[in-house]
Amino acid sequence: MKPPPALQELLGPIALVAALALFSGLFVSPGDQVKYLTAIVYAAIVAALYVFVGNSGVISFGQVSFVAVGAFSAGVMTIPIDTKPGVLPTLFPLLRDHTISSAWSLALAAGLGGVYAFAVGIPLMRLSGIAAGIATLAVLGITYNLFYNWNSIGPGATVESLIPVTTDYWQATIGAVVVIVVAYGYQRSRFGRQLRAAREDPAAARAAGIDIHRQRLLAFTLSGALSGFAGGLYVHLLGSIGANQVYLDLTFLTLAMLVVGGISSLFGAVVGAVVISLFNILLSNSELGIHVFGWTITAPSGTSLVGIAIIMLAILLLRPAGITGGREFSLDWARRRPPRKSPAVR
Amino acid sequence: MIHVQNIIDAIGLGAVFALIAVGIGLVFGVLRLINFAYGQLIMLAAYALAFTDSWPDAASVLAAVLVAVAASLVMERIAFRPLRTADPSTMLVATFALAYLLENAALVQYTYRQHGIIGDPIGTLAQLNQAVTIGSLHVRWVSILAIGTGAVSLAALALLLNRTSIGLQMRAASMDFRTARLLGVRADTVIMASVAVAGVLAAVAAVVLSIGSASVTPTTGLYETLFVLVGVVAGGIDRLLSATLGGFAIGFAISIVGAELPSSGETPFTSNLYMPSVIYLAVIVALLLRPAGLFARGGPGSVERV
Repeated sequence: MKPPPALQELLGPIALVAALALFSGLFVSPGDQVKYLTAIVYAAIVAALYVFVGNSGVISFGQVSFVAVGAFSAGVMTIPIDTKPGVLPTLFPLLRDHTISSAWSLALAAGLGGVYAFAVGIPLMRLSGIAAGIATLAVLGITYNLFYNWNSIGPGATVESLIPVTTDYWQATIGAVVVIVVAYGYQRSRFGRQLRAAREDPAAARAAGIDIHRQRLLAFTLSGALSGFAGGLYVHLLGSIGANQVYLDLTFLTLAMLVVGGISSLFGAVVGAVVISLFNILLSNSELGIHVFGWTITAPSGTSLVGIAIIMLAILLLRPAGITGGREFSLDWARRRPPRKSPAVR
Repeated sequence: MIHVQNIIDAIGLGAVFALIAVGIGLVFGVLRLINFAYGQLIMLAAYALAFTDSWPDAASVLAAVLVAVAASLVMERIAFRPLRTADPSTMLVATFALAYLLENAALVQYTYRQHGIIGDPIGTLAQLNQAVTIGSLHVRWVSILAIGTGAVSLAALALLLNRTSIGLQMRAASMDFRTARLLGVRADTVIMASVAVAGVLAAVAAVVLSIGSASVTPTTGLYETLFVLVGVVAGGIDRLLSATLGGFAIGFAISIVGAELPSSGETPFTSNLYMPSVIYLAVIVALLLRPAGLFARGGPGSVERV
């Protein structure tokens, strides 16, 4: 007997993450495993991004700010207390003289990400369209500028290292599954449905009594908390963090993953993150040389980045609505016709 | 006097940013698309200058223009045209992919040639990097060139838009694309014309920027374009004039804030290390007060979804 559709929709993305974890745990060489763990953490970041962008239809360039807040707070607060005053002497005393466990740092990351998103969202969620997009880009610029220069809250322009590496298979997979479950729960809640209604037709939604500002703010805050949490997972995977790692490149990469997968479904977010990450692993390994029938083909370094851009473009050209077409996972996939959109006239 | 000096420099940077803003605004007008790959057009044009460094200056500049226009048209043909009816987010991400592709292609060719230092020298019009002294003011020729080129390019563009048939079509298309098509405006021609003009402006911006920097790297034009994109939207992207003013304003503000704040100080907002934060905060305030743009006509107009 098949599980009911709602459960299928939830289990699809979870199964994908679990399959990736299982595959890499069993078959991948130890040196490559960190790349697969990164893929799983990307799935968490993109699912967190989806909570706001997918449900509201407003493109935000700012969610990586909350990833940055999570990564820096979780990182700074878990550096062992006996080395911290030595490596980061300029920190505020509160940050310098206290250390918390890795598990608590994830909770802290989620909390700070949510608080920051709420504070930023109160004014910004009044905007929509391009103005909202650019305002969130400005938030990202400010966040980066502060982390890069202010060494009372972090390492400033240097890379912060000595962070305990605690994101193993269990932590990455469970963390990603937690984000997926929360994102799905939100999407099915009345708040999520109200926001999706506002995405489809703002005027009709408002006429039906939906407070768009409040619903967007809720999604933005939840997305910020999940992004912060995912940032915590990320920093405990890398063991070090610099401001440039959580800035424009990560913003463009995660937005591209979301759109390539299919912007309006949670399954699309996870599929996009996994597919792009797998291509990335494949291509970056081929830079080191692929062995074919005794020959070794080596590509010049940087080729993989060009390749990944071409693959993204190709997918977008072939499937402009994303790989999943913005639909959730279903076991009846093949039989269900995609929802026809009326063709836009340009 | 130092303030007058700063103001002249700021007008110079504002003029370059205004040129970039026009390029972005023109494409937005007909395609409703924010082109994040515009900075890479500038980068390509700058590489054309670097690779033709031994040629006479005029030939070198011409090569840059040709490269930028060709790249701009190719972008339109392979990415924007097939996606014209797709969701705006799809087009947006397509421009990310193009930007990423070009930036990394530049990086690959650089590693392939195994240059010692990152960056290729550009000597085109290098004599313009010297300063002319008027009283106690030191004005670099490139500032004067930037202001002059900005004014000439904008005047030429105004003539094109107001006095030619294709210009009329471009304006009609950016007001209401559907109606314009019904009245016989050819979509592909108008879009290609706009994209080509945007390419020319990218090359002009590249020439002015590379006189100042005297070299090109894979990230040339990236940060300028990012600021201009922000400025264009803060100014009002729906009209070319307000978009251009927005671009000018942000270039002016960056230069003035950078020059007037002290150059050292770790605490936020006490030094020009925090110039980007000051600019971005101002942009957020401007957008909250006038979401359709600071220089937009009338009240909150039709703001497109990104």
